[in-house]
Amino acid sequence: MNALDVRDVVVRFGERAVLDGWSMEADDGEVVALLGPSGSGKSTVLRVIAGLVQPESGTVVVGGRDVSQLPTHRRHIGMVFQDDQLFPHLDVAGNVAFGLRMGHASRTEQRAAVAEALALVGLAGLERRRTDRLSGGEAKRVALARSLAPRPSVLLLDEPLTGLDRDLHDRLALDLAALLRASAITAIIVTHDPEEASVVADRVVRMA
Amino acid sequence: MDTGGVALTADVADRVAPAPETIRPGRDDNGTPRWNRPPWFVIVLVSLPVVVLLGGFYVWPLLALIGKAVGVGTIGRTVRAPGLAGVLWFTLWQAAVSTVLTIAVGMIPAYVLARFEFPGRRAVVALVTVPFMLPTVVVGAAFLAVLPGSWQSTARAILIAHVYFNIAVVVRVVGGMWATLPSDLTGAARTLGASPWQVGRYVVLPLLRSSIWSAGLVVFLFTFTSFGVVKILGGAANPTLEVEIARRATQLGDVGGAAVLSMLQLMILAVLVAVSSRQQRRAAMAMRGRARRRHPRRRSERRLVVVTVAVLVAAMVVPLAAMVRRSFDVGDGWSLDGWRRLGGTTTRGLSLGVDVWASAAQSLRYALVAAALATVAGTLAAVAITSSRRAGRALDAGSMLPLGTSAVTIGLGMLIAFGRAPLDWRASWWLIPVGQALVATPFVVRLLVPALRAIPPDQHAAAATLGASPTRARWEIDGRALRRPLLTGAAFAMAISLGEFGATTFLTRTGRETLPIAIGRLLGRPGELARAQGFATATILLVLTVVVLMVVEAGDRA
Repeated sequence: MNALDVRDVVVRFGERAVLDGWSMEADDGEVVALLGPSGSGKSTVLRVIAGLVQPESGTVVVGGRDVSQLPTHRRHIGMVFQDDQLFPHLDVAGNVAFGLRMGHASRTEQRAAVAEALALVGLAGLERRRTDRLSGGEAKRVALARSLAPRPSVLLLDEPLTGLDRDLHDRLALDLAALLRASAITAIIVTHDPEEASVVADRVVRMA
Repeated sequence: MDTGGVALTADVADRVAPAPETIRPGRDDNGTPRWNRPPWFVIVLVSLPVVVLLGGFYVWPLLALIGKAVGVGTIGRTVRAPGLAGVLWFTLWQAAVSTVLTIAVGMIPAYVLARFEFPGRRAVVALVTVPFMLPTVVVGAAFLAVLPGSWQSTARAILIAHVYFNIAVVVRVVGGMWATLPSDLTGAARTLGASPWQVGRYVVLPLLRSSIWSAGLVVFLFTFTSFGVVKILGGAANPTLEVEIARRATQLGDVGGAAVLSMLQLMILAVLVAVSSRQQRRAAMAMRGRARRRHPRRRSERRLVVVTVAVLVAAMVVPLAAMVRRSFDVGDGWSLDGWRRLGGTTTRGLSLGVDVWASAAQSLRYALVAAALATVAGTLAAVAITSSRRAGRALDAGSMLPLGTSAVTIGLGMLIAFGRAPLDWRASWWLIPVGQALVATPFVVRLLVPALRAIPPDQHAAAATLGASPTRARWEIDGRALRRPLLTGAAFAMAISLGEFGATTFLTRTGRETLPIAIGRLLGRPGELARAQGFATATILLVLTVVVLMVVEAGDRA
């Protein structure tokens, strides 16, 4: 059984078909890269999986369960957004604990999960930092920790390393690859950089 | 009307309760060589008109008012007077309830107009802004016309009119913030398992909090010092502090007592602003990003947009339409009597004491003078503010003072200061337009300063390298940038002068009434004919104001 199964998804924005019967699957713990130029619909694939875009037709099955009709917050799918989308009114710990708080986890559980997730991304001890005091690389790591903390069944990453300078980009790509393997999570990463795709992913899917 | 008026609303809100993210850095003068900066005496000269206006017609009257208030025994007598606690309580209560209602009612249109793009959206935003720029007596008259007779002189009527009047503040200030929230931010919350309710509770609301505080403060200030609406709708049964000050001074002849109440009001306002801006600073949040609206997609979204717009348009138009309709009603069906007798001061041998056509001419004359004064003083002040750093900041803050003072207090101060030798100017016609210019100048300054600050400093540098002297460069570049805001400011000053009621109440003389004063008199009089005439006069003022505001819109489009 595949961890993720996307079947015959059709998405139209006005007249233009962004996705015309798109299908893909991912094994348990597999990291798949979607590689393609901008406008090829790779971000839309992620948004359909997360339930942020409603496709005209097609199904999304996660761990054998059809989630096509479920709203985003019941799908248990994590997502790292291109520009992080950290909550500016919360500090680092508040951001990382957000998903657990929505699931009504106790404070002790939240604290433990935050510490664990921050340690995982190499930011231990940064709990009380304000999000606007983070460097670009730190913000990426916090966004990643936030998505991982509630232990989603699938993690989606939308151009997570775009906009960083070369040096930082290369370092983070290696860290990300190691981290995804260590946590054995099923992940879909969208990128336009073939090198990045080959470093991070087990398998690369090209989109035209 | 969209850009001018609406932007101004937000700008005034920022000014009354500045949020850190709205404080833009001024022009950086560091390193500017001496010969490119205006010499100090030019700045003094340029700020002279606004300093004279402020010092002579704001600070001095305020000092005179304080002097009057602390006179022998006045404070004790006024504070101990029976009924004061009731007036104070009602003033605070109606302001608080009006504010909460306005925010509650305004959130839905704020959301719809901020997040969705649809045909006619800009027109709807403009329409919602209209009541905010209408004279308060017109809003009062409209609700007197549309509400059932049994609601007359009730607190309910006041509350509803206040919501109508102020909803633009919420739509603009909260909506402005809402429009810049990236939709991916709520998307992120949803991928973390937040239900729609949780997204609102834990993400959207905290992020909007500072804008809600800021809108709430503006609405509270306006309703706390609301005069025209309360005067016309509240009757004698519901006096607020503002109405009580006017009653004491103009009807009971107790100027000292009125001055004490004015000081009390000033102190309450100062505490409010201090407390609220602290709250606001704490809630403030730096949001980047620009408004991104999308077309409604789902059926439920489309329904929400259509219903909201329909209700909004109806709510904005119906009271005004009812007012026009009632001007043709003298008790027995349709009649032109209300309109036909506007000019005459006597009807069937009965003196009405108000010549409405003469009032209209008077109002227009005052409005032109006030607009000219406010535009000149405001423009020069804006130039001085943006040219000098320290003095500029002081001038900027000083020129905003009249905004934080109620119109009735300004009028009362002028009545006290200029009612006796050596400055016995009470009988001079120009005192009224000067008082109105005082109220309008802050708005002109608020429109022009951002326009001047938006000019990149290198524009002047480029002009200089092309051979323009500093003065010439200013004329060429600043002059061009100011053309549109200047037209907007002048028209806005005219609209303010046309509708000014609180300060004018103290300075008006029989036979020289302005339109708002005439409306107040006619609607306060018994009899269906006087009523119809009051509504007809309010219709005239409505039309004049809308015409002036359309000039603003034309200026924005040009």
